[in-house]
Amino acid sequence: MFCKCRVVLTALLLTWTLWIPRLAMSEVNTVPSSFHPCSVPARAIYELSVLVLAICSGIFVVVTAMLLFVVVRYRRRPTDSAQEPPQIYGSSQIELAWTVVPIIITLVLILVTARTIGEIQNKNLPEDALMVEVIGHQWWWEVGYPQYGVRTANEIHVPVSSSAHPAPTRIILKSADVLHSFWVPQLAGKMQLVPNKINMTWIEPLQTGVYLGSCAQYCGAQHAFMLLRVIVHTPEGFQRWVASQKGLFAGSLATAAATTSRRVSSKNSTDLAANGRKTFFSTACVSCHRIDGTTAQGTFGPDLTHLMSRHTIGAGVAKNTHQNLATWVRDPQLLKPGCFMPDMHLTPSQIHEVVTYLETLQ
Amino acid sequence: MGAGRKALPGLVQELVYTVDHKKLGMMYLGSGLVFFMLAGIMAVAIRVQLAVPNNHFLNPSAFNQFFTMHGTTMVFLVGMPLILGLANYLVPIMIGTRDMAFPRLNAFGFWIFLFSGFLLYFSYLGGSGVYGIGSAPDVGWFAYSPLTAKAFSKGHSTDYWTLSLLAGGIGSIATAINLIATIFCLRCRGMTLNRMPLFVWLNAVVAFLIILAMPPLSACQIMLCLDRYLGAKFFDTQAGGSAILWQHFFWIFGHPEVYILILPAFAIISEVIPVFSRKPIFGYPIMVMASVMIAFISLGVWAHHMFTVGMSSVSNTFFSASTFVIAVPTGIKIFNWIGTMYGGKLRMELPLLFSIAFLFQFLIAGLTGVMLATTPFDWQLNDSYFVVAHFHYVLVGGLLFSIFAAFYYWYPKMIGRMLDGAMGRWHFWLFLVGFHLTFFPQHIMGILGMPRRIYSYPADRGWEIGNLLSSIGVIFQATGILIFLINLLYSYYRGRRAGDDPWDAWTLEWATTSPPAEYNFEKLPEVHSARPLWDLKHPDEPDWKHN
Ligand code: HEM
Ligand SMILES: [Cu+2]
Repeated sequence: MFCKCRVVLTALLLTWTLWIPRLAMSEVNTVPSSFHPCSVPARAIYELSVLVLAICSGIFVVVTAMLLFVVVRYRRRPTDSAQEPPQIYGSSQIELAWTVVPIIITLVLILVTARTIGEIQNKNLPEDALMVEVIGHQWWWEVGYPQYGVRTANEIHVPVSSSAHPAPTRIILKSADVLHSFWVPQLAGKMQLVPNKINMTWIEPLQTGVYLGSCAQYCGAQHAFMLLRVIVHTPEGFQRWVASQKGLFAGSLATAAATTSRRVSSKNSTDLAANGRKTFFSTACVSCHRIDGTTAQGTFGPDLTHLMSRHTIGAGVAKNTHQNLATWVRDPQLLKPGCFMPDMHLTPSQIHEVVTYLETLQ
Repeated sequence: MGAGRKALPGLVQELVYTVDHKKLGMMYLGSGLVFFMLAGIMAVAIRVQLAVPNNHFLNPSAFNQFFTMHGTTMVFLVGMPLILGLANYLVPIMIGTRDMAFPRLNAFGFWIFLFSGFLLYFSYLGGSGVYGIGSAPDVGWFAYSPLTAKAFSKGHSTDYWTLSLLAGGIGSIATAINLIATIFCLRCRGMTLNRMPLFVWLNAVVAFLIILAMPPLSACQIMLCLDRYLGAKFFDTQAGGSAILWQHFFWIFGHPEVYILILPAFAIISEVIPVFSRKPIFGYPIMVMASVMIAFISLGVWAHHMFTVGMSSVSNTFFSASTFVIAVPTGIKIFNWIGTMYGGKLRMELPLLFSIAFLFQFLIAGLTGVMLATTPFDWQLNDSYFVVAHFHYVLVGGLLFSIFAAFYYWYPKMIGRMLDGAMGRWHFWLFLVGFHLTFFPQHIMGILGMPRRIYSYPADRGWEIGNLLSSIGVIFQATGILIFLINLLYSYYRGRRAGDDPWDAWTLEWATTSPPAEYNFEKLPEVHSARPLWDLKHPDEPDWKHN
């Protein structure tokens, strides 16, 4: 019975969402629909939601039918006599009936809700589960992996979970300034990041891919562009990612230049990068940003150690391309008005050099 | 003022010095409509900005100010004055008395409300927020700490917001006390509590809710002032204050506030539906009990706005359950309204049309409310567009539609002329279509992961079509409202004369002239049932034989 309802309702909702051609079609689920869950807690929420939606739709249909019937059947027609209709003041039996039935429905709702709350909130994760620390800043996400000593921003990388190798990820939520809210609809419900309080949530993705999320709690000027991506790898892929982030090459100009030589092929570009590096380290950039293995140890802005491994800049405000990086360095307020990165007043050639340097940060 | 008194033109002078509950009521309604236009213009601007992704019509700062001012205005400067205006005008007449218990306090309530409105809008001149001079508050109508702390909200825009709400709170409490005193002490002979019109009952309940819910708001406004000016540390998290404390204070006020706004809507349609169905309200005693229950329970559900702050599973379950429970008395009311129409002879006049639309829309609002009360579902949809859709179904689909019903129903009484029916129907249908076009897709946008209070969004998330539809809907709504406003003015001069009792209704306001004389009744009436005019018109079958 419940199963049938579910199929019908899911079908209904999918038709609702049919205007989105890309739903579930590519590697990146560009539509972060909470009705297309890909993780254990999100799935539990989805199942409860469908049940509640079914109950509410049922009530909706019944009451709307009653309303329509009454309105159509009892509207006054021109042929009606002028006489008043029979005066009915109430009926205790009928009133009792429509008190008791809702009470029963309410009890059912309370029970199923309590069950799912428990399932999600009181879940015991294994001691050694992967732990990701997410710190909300106006208006970007700091992401840390205390178990690996890895730090990044605006992107969370986790391994996929399977029945053979369950791999839930514990997410520790903190805030550096105001309230924010962590929301990746396909992976879990949202949870606020509260200053002076440590919140916890967890995800257990069942499918590799990229999942989009955002800050869901209004947090000031650029709340809209406090976007977030979760990249779910295969277990091996995740290990590779961790290795690449562990600072094997980071910050060393020689190796960095070597790794970029594929892209920036001439000797000239290496010079450009060297000059850019000099500019970076002689301006205030270093007081806000961190690049592992260098003197840049700022924590006010995002960690740049592996900047080029990320898809977007400015917490999703623009794609990570040369052009956008240049615009960003020239005047961050252009792409993200109100954000806390100042205009560094660099000359066009300095900007070109700095961006060339940034592009070595693989 | 003494010298200027004679210089003032007659009407203004009359309004400024009046303590007559009817004039004050109309002044509330008039200023409510003016603020409604202001907030409506902001809503249109917000929707234009969101019509397409990556739009640059508004900059982020302007957008954030607009949605803050829109929300604050709609709740405190539109919803409150419209319902208080109606109560002010109608309650004394409906209970057969000559004025409110404290006419001067009544005038004070109105003027301080108007002052609070000016204070809020003065921030556009004196606000000086982060972006320089003249910025309105941009912290949201809920103003969560610590975004309102000195460190994150520089300048004075937040202070205007705080002081405005503080002033407004004082005014509403004064008016609520006045209503309670009036209702419980000044009823005419024979009007026992169980013969009071439901409109009066519900406004009494609302008055009690105001008295219980407003003080927490005032308290936290004062605490915020102390934080910002005297270095107190209630909400300032950088000094160890609590972000969640504000949320508790705010929602202990904020949730009952929703019922302060929606119970008067119930009050209106509880008058309209019986008259236009030609039947008494179905189950009067249970309607009263259900309303009291709703008000009572509404005081214990505030934390359902806080399912995502990281409460324990026990608290989450408790607040979820207590919220579900409200659905029971609310359901009873909906069934009883339908029961009232059952077996009647429905006259499809505009007040009834708006009331039927109310029932349908409030049903949807209630059901999405039940969904949001389901904690895990709320973890997904809290602070998403689903919530925007839900509460606009409550506030526009519910409150505003009932206010329109009230205008069509009581305008003839207040002005002495009928509102034009043809214009009224245009208004109804345009607004109905526009309303659903605007807000229905927002449910789906929320499910698709669109957070609220975002000034723009990327182009690839499947939110484009919903947003575009939503913005198109606003054009219909705005046109409908425009026709309504024209109708108000046109009918004032040209409307058909109403007579004392144009709807063949039953409560006492229809027993006096339209508009009522200065003292409402030449001779105070005496009643024997809940429908005194029915008794007069049907001496063979009077109501008091039945209760
Ligand atoms: C008449 C048509 C209306 C339209 C088109 C409209 C539109 C909107 C929009 C687009 C938002 C911003 C949503 C967001 O990003 O969070 C909003 C917020 C809001 N609206 Fe309306 N609205 C209308 C009427 C009303 C009415 C009548 C009320 C109440 C009586 C109301 C109360 C609110 C509140 C409280 C907010 C939240 C503000 C905040 O987030 O701080 N609106 N409205
Ligand atoms: Cu945020």
